[in-house]
Amino acid sequence: MSDPMGFLLWTRGPMFVAAVSVFALGMALRLLEIFVLGRAPNYAEPRAGEWGPGLRTVLTRSLADSGTFRHAPFNVLVGWIWHIGFLIALLLFIPHIELIKSVLGLHWPGLRNPAVDAATVITVVALIAVLVHRLGHPVMQRISTLDDYLAWTVTFLPLVTGYIAYHRLVNPYPLALGMHILTAEIFLIVLPFTKLTHIFTAFIARWYNGAIFGRKGVES
Amino acid sequence: MTSVLTETLMNRLSSTPVTAEGAGDDRPGPGNALPLLNEIQHALTRFVETGERTVIDLTSIPFAPADQQRLLEALGRGEVEATINALGPTRVWETAFPGVWLVDHRNTESARLILQVEVTDVPDILKAQPEDVADGMAALQERIAVLAQETGA
Amino acid sequence: MAQPKTLGDSLRERGVSRRGFLKFCAATTSMMALPPTMVPTVAAALAKARRPSVIWLSFQECTGCTESLTRSFSPTVEDLIFDVISLDYHHTLQAASGEAAEKARSEAIRTNYGNYLVVVDGSLPGPDANPGFSTSAGVPNLQILNETVAGAKAVVCVGTCAAFGGLPAAAPNPTGAIPVHEVVKDKPLINISGCPPVPMVITGVLAQFLTFGKPPDLDQYNRPLAFFGQSIHDRCYRRPFYDKGLFAESFDDEGARKGWCLYRLGCKGPMTYNACATMKWNGGTSWPVEAGHGCLGCAEPSFWDAGSFYKALSVPTVPVGRTLAAAGAAGAAIGAAAAALARHRQRLASTEREPVRVEELEQKQ
Repeated sequence: MSDPMGFLLWTRGPMFVAAVSVFALGMALRLLEIFVLGRAPNYAEPRAGEWGPGLRTVLTRSLADSGTFRHAPFNVLVGWIWHIGFLIALLLFIPHIELIKSVLGLHWPGLRNPAVDAATVITVVALIAVLVHRLGHPVMQRISTLDDYLAWTVTFLPLVTGYIAYHRLVNPYPLALGMHILTAEIFLIVLPFTKLTHIFTAFIARWYNGAIFGRKGVES
Repeated sequence: MTSVLTETLMNRLSSTPVTAEGAGDDRPGPGNALPLLNEIQHALTRFVETGERTVIDLTSIPFAPADQQRLLEALGRGEVEATINALGPTRVWETAFPGVWLVDHRNTESARLILQVEVTDVPDILKAQPEDVADGMAALQERIAVLAQETGA
Repeated sequence: MAQPKTLGDSLRERGVSRRGFLKFCAATTSMMALPPTMVPTVAAALAKARRPSVIWLSFQECTGCTESLTRSFSPTVEDLIFDVISLDYHHTLQAASGEAAEKARSEAIRTNYGNYLVVVDGSLPGPDANPGFSTSAGVPNLQILNETVAGAKAVVCVGTCAAFGGLPAAAPNPTGAIPVHEVVKDKPLINISGCPPVPMVITGVLAQFLTFGKPPDLDQYNRPLAFFGQSIHDRCYRRPFYDKGLFAESFDDEGARKGWCLYRLGCKGPMTYNACATMKWNGGTSWPVEAGHGCLGCAEPSFWDAGSFYKALSVPTVPVGRTLAAAGAAGAAIGAAAAALARHRQRLASTEREPVRVEELEQKQ
């Protein structure tokens, strides 16, 4: 572990297993807590079904309603930009697709490297803007906690280190790539214990909202 | 293996249709031919203005397979061709541009050692070297002495 | 005793003209990855260079490095270098054997103490390992190495085994193999890694010693920067395809035939530093990527344990499926248990709940 290649092999070996295990354990734990805890029994007569409206809401809530957008256009727009950019860099970069293929057996066509590179730059800039906004906005200052800044950091680092490794800005390359892999592993380890769980819970929450409204026969 | 057998095999090999799908001449290689030609042009300018000699070692430059060929074709051939037999053959030839020479050092098995572009009036390796001239002088004196003895002059 | 001949004298005696010598110097300068402007310096130094004694030690190796060297395709230059050095001891190549051979080694050490070069190929069992795994004339490798380097001017480790441990040191390392630099700490040491190394790199380094009498500039792994300073990826002629995102997906598919990047087929070029992309193999004929096979990363430490040669660099080196499933199952169990416990407590609390009456509340006020 004391030399660059040793470091790289550690991140591609035992550290990867550890990170992925913590992620799987933590995430399964959180999700099952949610599902097994369940909901209090609702004794009112259901007016309509739950599942249809639930699933529909998962999709329709993707677009912010006009009130939210007027109230916080920056959050909505820049939020969309960096989320999409992040997903492009993560899921449509061919080396990442190879990684996912080896772990989960799934694969799909990727984008050409220059396109992913551009998406990464846009995402990094958007994330910096988001941080500046959080630090400067009076309300955000009052409600931001350690969890918010931690989540921002562990999301930001893999993008920046990935850019550095791809462009070989740090030598030797095993050190640069090892740093990128390590920051991604830290992201995975931290995820289940922070608000980053919204990757899964956001969709559960959307379903829930649609479902309770649907049961009452109300459009949501 | 007899040479007849080798020849037959070589004939068979060269008549076998092997299709290597090269990307053709518009393949995006490192494209070293053009930058090198520019470098040669600068060297030639320097030579004309100051008499400074420049040597460019082509062997140390990473060429995509067709690239070096493209450079040599661009340089072409001039009026002069020479062969030096020292530790294997070395071929020297003037390109289509006087003052721009190619020096192709090969070993005793005719495998290439180095290929260099030399921008100068005459490549150094063609010139008679002082040490060799000195050795040659001694040998010439000896030859004259021997001949003189033989003819009894 | 007469001074040993200089290289210049040796060549002259052999009938090599000054022109031939200059050709030799030009080739040697190029081989050392120096610019042509250095030829006069190299020529001056080589003319005066004296014949260094070289002791070659072979430990746990496959002899590929010696083979690579002796199969060199420019025999004139390499031959001369090896004719010029006094190869006083080499298991495979020397004529003497047994006691006579060992005597030659101790003689060379004694006569040239402080001035000879030690070249090592192969890794050796470490001080904590069973020395019986690799011996020569009954003497363990470690002992031979320590005895031989005591009076050495410098040590050159040829091949990934000597430089980093190589194949013998790959998991589970049954012989306890260690690289030479873990034993030799107080002598100038050069690593020429590669499995095998590019032959011209070996002779380039030896030529460097011959010419300048000292090691060339080295990287953090003690490899000569001239040959190991650039990654394969940065010198690869297929790099434009990587940059454009054009990859071969399987051997002999359409992309492979068009010469596209081999990243998805396991090429370790991005993490590997060596001269293969420029110097190539078999006298500049070709090299693995040009032949359609990804780089193995053979000049890097632990390359045997760096994951499959046919899986991309981004893929982890260990299988993770089972652990992932087990961790998920464990998490699910804990989560479900925690939630079930919470529900149980909740139900218990609601059954044990005692209703509050208005009078009680008014009393509290």
